[in-house]
Amino acid sequence: MNVPTMASLFAEGKQPEVLFWVGCAGSFDDRAKKITKAFVKILNQAKVSFAVLGTEESCTGDPAKRAGNEFLFQMQAMTNIEVMNGYEVKKVVTTCPHCFNTLKNEYPGLGGNYEVIHHTTFLKQLLEEGKISMEGGSYRGKRITFHDPCYLGRANGIFEAPRELIQKLDAELVEMKSCKKRGLCCGAGGAQMFKEPEEGKKDVNIERTEQALETQPEIIAAACPFCNTMMTDGVKNKEKEASIKVMDVAELIADAEDL
Amino acid sequence: MSYIPNIVFAIFLALGIGYFTKNVKKLIRNIRLGKEADVDGDKGQRWKNMARIALGQTKMVVRPIAGLMHIIVYLGFIIINIEVLEIIIDGLLGTHRIFAFMGGFYDFLIGSFEILALLVIIAVIVFWIRRNMIKLQRFIKPEMQGWPKKDGNLILYIELVLMLLFLTMNATDYQLQQMGAEHYSEAGSFPVSQFIAPLFDGMSQATLIAVERSAWWLHILGILFFLNYLYFSKHLHILLAFPNTFYGKLKPNGQFSNVEAVTNEVKLMLDPSADPFAATAEDDEEPGKFGASDVMDLNWVQLMNAYTCTECGRCTSECPANQTGKKLSPRKIMMDTRDRLEEVGKNMDANGGTFEPDGKQLLDDYISREELWACTTCNACVEACPVSIDPLSIILEMRRFLVMEQSAAPSELNNMMGNLENNGAPWPFNQMDRLNWAQEA
Ligand code: SF4
Ligand code: SF4
Repeated sequence: MNVPTMASLFAEGKQPEVLFWVGCAGSFDDRAKKITKAFVKILNQAKVSFAVLGTEESCTGDPAKRAGNEFLFQMQAMTNIEVMNGYEVKKVVTTCPHCFNTLKNEYPGLGGNYEVIHHTTFLKQLLEEGKISMEGGSYRGKRITFHDPCYLGRANGIFEAPRELIQKLDAELVEMKSCKKRGLCCGAGGAQMFKEPEEGKKDVNIERTEQALETQPEIIAAACPFCNTMMTDGVKNKEKEASIKVMDVAELIADAEDL
Repeated sequence: MSYIPNIVFAIFLALGIGYFTKNVKKLIRNIRLGKEADVDGDKGQRWKNMARIALGQTKMVVRPIAGLMHIIVYLGFIIINIEVLEIIIDGLLGTHRIFAFMGGFYDFLIGSFEILALLVIIAVIVFWIRRNMIKLQRFIKPEMQGWPKKDGNLILYIELVLMLLFLTMNATDYQLQQMGAEHYSEAGSFPVSQFIAPLFDGMSQATLIAVERSAWWLHILGILFFLNYLYFSKHLHILLAFPNTFYGKLKPNGQFSNVEAVTNEVKLMLDPSADPFAATAEDDEEPGKFGASDVMDLNWVQLMNAYTCTECGRCTSECPANQTGKKLSPRKIMMDTRDRLEEVGKNMDANGGTFEPDGKQLLDDYISREELWACTTCNACVEACPVSIDPLSIILEMRRFLVMEQSAAPSELNNMMGNLENNGAPWPFNQMDRLNWAQEA
């Protein structure tokens, strides 16, 4: 796996086309790291000129902002913007819809203007440009349901890119009863990931997992590391982990291509 | 002598419109208690949104039955206003069916009003059944007990009575026209009320005139009552849906505002060479308080949102927190905001126009912290609202108050924020380990 950093390229006097923003989950969470690696394998395969910030990357500040801590958010944001502007970053791709939303929508007001792309959109572009192929066949006819991450779908209107990718795998895409604009949250957003939920009848991820199970899927696809964790927990809670896998769209593609 | 009805009519009209105007002024004053709102952006897009969402009701039809019924009542409401215009002119001038000179077109108008009136009656009955017999989930949530429930039903009764009066008025008028009664020249067509007319067969001309006049008077008085009832009801949305959709959020749902006062301070903190005096100058405009604990800390669009809320509960029924039994209900957030704003307004009225602190506020007295912390910021409520209300923005402002003014976040969130501050990640990992995954092939 070839993972250049901005710093090392810079030392060689080089500038990658796109910065891969890994995100905190993608860097530290064991499950999410697998998504990161799958995506990098695809980038390598497609010979995309990219780099990561590595140790110079810091949280975008999304959980702080949504918890109400605007100070902490802006401190994070401005520090990150300084680093990215220092490297003259133009284009950013990220596997995390929370990073995507924050970088794309909230950084410009603080002086960080980049073309920000979610990895599903990016993968679709690579496919259209013929840089990757998805012939694998191992997913042909498999029932896959897609869980819309709120911060990708409702927050930014991206519903089709991940679906098109799944369909390109020749898989059978089945929709849950709440999908697209009316998709149900996995329960992790707004900093909920980092605290116990308030008291209620059940946890949000369980409700969402039940909706997913109703479609009798073989795979629950997601496009967000947090959704992935929440749905994986949900499937475990229902003791279905032996028969149903939760996978990121990037993992599906990397896997289909045997990367 | 014969001018008495005209004068009485004029007085009622003036009273009705006068009281309405007074309440509209109060409404505007209350909304202006809010802070400035960021409403820049494409005017054209705003007009388009208003045309699409308020006029075109695009978001209503997401739920087809309610949507269709609502469109009927809405069309009935708008079109029957032409009839009201005629009634007002007739009432002031003592004429009868002043627009009758339009001939065939007039027949067509009256005919279509009647059909609409019938459709409205049907819709109102369906709505009543949905609210009271089918017990749709979203109409029986805790925040709907008491007045909100009564309000919802009351308006249905008013609409029903108004439509029945309209049809009765036409039916007797039709009878009188057949008799060739003086004043009642033949005009209009009565596709619906002609079937009611036989009820009045055999009545004397004088009785018919009495019934016709009573229906006519009750109809217009009912309309004036309805107009003035609006202010006290969720039915204010009939008027406010238009400005509300116009000023609705244009930015992507996921984009939350960046607090400018914070930006200045953070810049100062990060850049020791920044000119401290430049920042002091801007300090004057600083809100003095971060986030919102009461209605005056919200912006005027958020306050207008509160008055516009129809209490339809579409937000709440899509809310993942609510669906899983948590206390949060975005509709309740809007209703609480309106209730508190009304309370503040009454306080001002009682104190010569200034607000005397009453020891209460929106936070805790109306909206609990438990509700605020249950939100996943998923935007389901924002997406669901048929009149572009943004309950999430209020939740966020109140979280800002809790965190930045009171440091009162749940302890786990404080841990998360501590980690973020120290390690640049919400978990207690070392920044230097960020690239470890690249080695773990
Ligand atoms: S944004 Fe918050 S209040 Fe609105 S639907 Fe989602 S969880 Fe509920
Ligand atoms: S905020 Fe909108 S969706 Fe929610 S109850 Fe009010 S009008 Fe209905």
